[in-house]
Amino acid sequence: MTKTSMNSNLKRLFSGPFLAFILCGTLVPLGVIAFYGFTDRSGAFTIENIMAIATRNHAQALGLSLGLALISTVICLLLAFPLGLILKDSKLGKKGFMVFVFILPMWMNFLLRTMAWQVLLERNGIINIVLKSLGLPLLDIINTPAAVVLGMVYDYLPFMVLPIYNALIKIDKNLIEAAYDLGADKLLVLRKVLIPLSVPGIVSGITMVFVPSLTTFAISTMLGGGKVNLIGNIIEQEFTVGSNWNLGAGLSIVMMVFIIISMALIEKFDREGEASMI
Amino acid sequence: MMKKSGRARAAAVGKGLYLALILIFLYLPIFTLMVLSFNEGKTMSRWTGFSLRWYEEMFASRTIMDALGNTLTIAFWAATIATIVGLLACIGMNAMKDRSRLVLMGINNIPLLNADIVTGISIMMTFIVCGISLNYGTVLFSHITFCIPYVILSVMPKFKQLESHTYEAALDLGASPLYAFFKVVMPDIMPGVMSGFLLSFTMSVDDFVITHFTRGAGINTLSTLIYSQVKVGIRPTLYALSTVIFVLVLVILIVVNILSNRKEGEK
Amino acid sequence: MALIELVDISKSFDGELVLDEFNLKIKENEFITLLGPSGCGKTTTLRILGGFETPDTGKVLFQGEDITNLAPNKRPLNTVFQKYALFPHMNIAENIAFGLKISGKSKEYINDKIKYALKLVNLSGFEKRSVDSLSGGQQQRIAIARAIVNEPRVLLLDEPLGALDLKLRQEMQYELIRLKNELGITFLYVTHDQEEALTMSDKVVVMNQGYIQQMGTPEEIYNEPENAFVADFIGDSNIIDGVMLEDRVVKICGSVFPCIDEGFGRNKPVDVVIRPEDIIIGKPGQGIMDGVVTSNVFIGVHYEMCIEAGGFEWLAQNTTSYPVGTRVSIGVTPENIQIMHKPQSEDEEAISLDD
Repeated sequence: MTKTSMNSNLKRLFSGPFLAFILCGTLVPLGVIAFYGFTDRSGAFTIENIMAIATRNHAQALGLSLGLALISTVICLLLAFPLGLILKDSKLGKKGFMVFVFILPMWMNFLLRTMAWQVLLERNGIINIVLKSLGLPLLDIINTPAAVVLGMVYDYLPFMVLPIYNALIKIDKNLIEAAYDLGADKLLVLRKVLIPLSVPGIVSGITMVFVPSLTTFAISTMLGGGKVNLIGNIIEQEFTVGSNWNLGAGLSIVMMVFIIISMALIEKFDREGEASMI
Repeated sequence: MMKKSGRARAAAVGKGLYLALILIFLYLPIFTLMVLSFNEGKTMSRWTGFSLRWYEEMFASRTIMDALGNTLTIAFWAATIATIVGLLACIGMNAMKDRSRLVLMGINNIPLLNADIVTGISIMMTFIVCGISLNYGTVLFSHITFCIPYVILSVMPKFKQLESHTYEAALDLGASPLYAFFKVVMPDIMPGVMSGFLLSFTMSVDDFVITHFTRGAGINTLSTLIYSQVKVGIRPTLYALSTVIFVLVLVILIVVNILSNRKEGEK
Repeated sequence: MALIELVDISKSFDGELVLDEFNLKIKENEFITLLGPSGCGKTTTLRILGGFETPDTGKVLFQGEDITNLAPNKRPLNTVFQKYALFPHMNIAENIAFGLKISGKSKEYINDKIKYALKLVNLSGFEKRSVDSLSGGQQQRIAIARAIVNEPRVLLLDEPLGALDLKLRQEMQYELIRLKNELGITFLYVTHDQEEALTMSDKVVVMNQGYIQQMGTPEEIYNEPENAFVADFIGDSNIIDGVMLEDRVVKICGSVFPCIDEGFGRNKPVDVVIRPEDIIIGKPGQGIMDGVVTSNVFIGVHYEMCIEAGGFEWLAQNTTSYPVGTRVSIGVTPENIQIMHKPQSEDEEAISLDD
């Protein structure tokens, strides 16, 4: 054996601890969850836990989760893209500082941020106190899906802003100028240059908002007051209150399948977006 | 200075308004909590006078301080161990064939793409199946597991950007491989290592879901403590905690920004 | 005795043979250049010498001692890398001092050496500068300074001028010759630029596809290329199929040219090389064959013309311009005709194809 290959063999060994963590922390746990998902309490093979998604309250929870996650993702996207455009062209102070201001809340614990909305939205909360003193009708959305969407948008908006902004500032200024030079107006530049070129940022923003929204149970617990049951809540309860691990694992597998399907759809959109640019 | 046309000015005002609205949306809840944290009374509907009472209560609270301690020590050790393991992994993977490296990088992405709740319950089940009772150690292990991918994603690109010949140049000038690594390679990948560590630290501090499942009954981090208290009812001590955390984060980030700006300025 | 000897070196990457039983001897105090197109194995040869690659088979001898498996940091030679490979986080002085510190030299010695080396490369006073603040040419000089302070027996240079612009490159060529003469050490230089190779070297090794095509002084390589690849790679030339009728007589494009080559036999097909500047243009009937000028470009100092004659498009250079369409004659003095054997084996065929 030559010296160089001995050297690289030695170097490869450095990955050992990493491989151990991958094995014990990722692969084996996924195996365990798959095992529980496809067996019953006695350990016999069954697909009952998977099929349980078809029961009414499970299917409703999954449907609600998908719906709310979709709505929050769309709202985040609609808010974040214009924001990214404005920040990109902003001459207000230092650009870095402006961006910093918009993503700063991300660094604060999301449970505290969610709690803040609880305080604001409560029936006798701050917003309603203000509305009352102005003689306006009260806002009664706490413990409704609307409040949960609000919480999701609030918590995850920075995750949409950051990748979109990063994609937008990477676009070569010459490209935009070239488009104007070739006779495009602002709308066309937006449609044909800015949006297609920021697709990678949009896609990662969508993933970073959609997946946690789809799987959350904390936001729905805090702002839904037990009345908004998402798939995350149902799974969580199987492991904490109900302690039917097989059912919980089965539902988790179904949820993962839905995540994978949505990611594949997003990927497809990404590739088509790239293709339409050419 | 150029004179702006009326339309351009309207557009500028519109943009400013949009920024302002989003800023209000982002900061109004946080500032509300900050104001309430100084309210003397327990209710939030009435301002009963300025007081530091909730801050005193917060600092005096054993549970909050224990949770804070757990959060910080777990974040520190998780980030440190993840950084070391991740750095070693990058060195090892760079010596591998392209295909094995690609496979490992793919597996590395699993915890990033997987939903936290699935990661959390799968690790919890594995511990219990193996007969390991949930405690501080299991939380730490899970945190290391989900931090490593961030470290690898921060460090690996630095290895790719590495001026490939500087390492060889050091060997050529008589340096031993170890000396060359620490003197020449490390300084170049240090920014990646640092950002990997910081990313891991913040991810660990922020984590709620995975901790929620892998903690034993007796262990609380700030996240799990907040969750359990919020479910019970609203506690003004948490407003005080929010304020402290927000101010702390603000100060740290500003300092970091200034330091990194100054460093760039030197260059 | 040779200072360095490469014996039967073979090396392949991913099943692709880059060097095939390669042999080379390098003498003390020689400026030797490995010249060839990219992928010809010249850089691999250099990296094997530097210790960054281990050959699959064969040996590297240094003063007769086998150093094939010696780590790069233990070898008495230093390398100047293609893109300089200066350490970006160290200033100029620290870069130059790197090797000296490792070998445990005293502070005074190191400082003296830095001063001396910077003076040698005309960058005195640059000690505290950062790498980023230097131009490409300056970084190049620092890379050389960093290598030579260690007083290597051999300096390996891997296309060190490749990233510089033309003018700077020419300046650095003279600088390198001067340095080599002042230092009195062996330079092994790798390049794909034939002009560089011809200008600086004592000896040029032309390589293609892992083989040595020709080895010799720049004059030999230029004036007497041994095969069509060398002729084509070194400068512009007319490479024409010909038939050696007998000693000193070759038939090209239907016309008979006197030449000075002997020993090819009778009626043997050969390759004939004629440099464009060696073609004598005259009035029709005055030369060996007549033809028509088909293109004419002024390229500074002289005109480059294509002349269609005998079914071949001849490249000719002349200080007199003959407009397109002019009927002219062409001729060549016998000593300017270079006769080469046609490649025999398939291997040779492969390497003689133009790259």
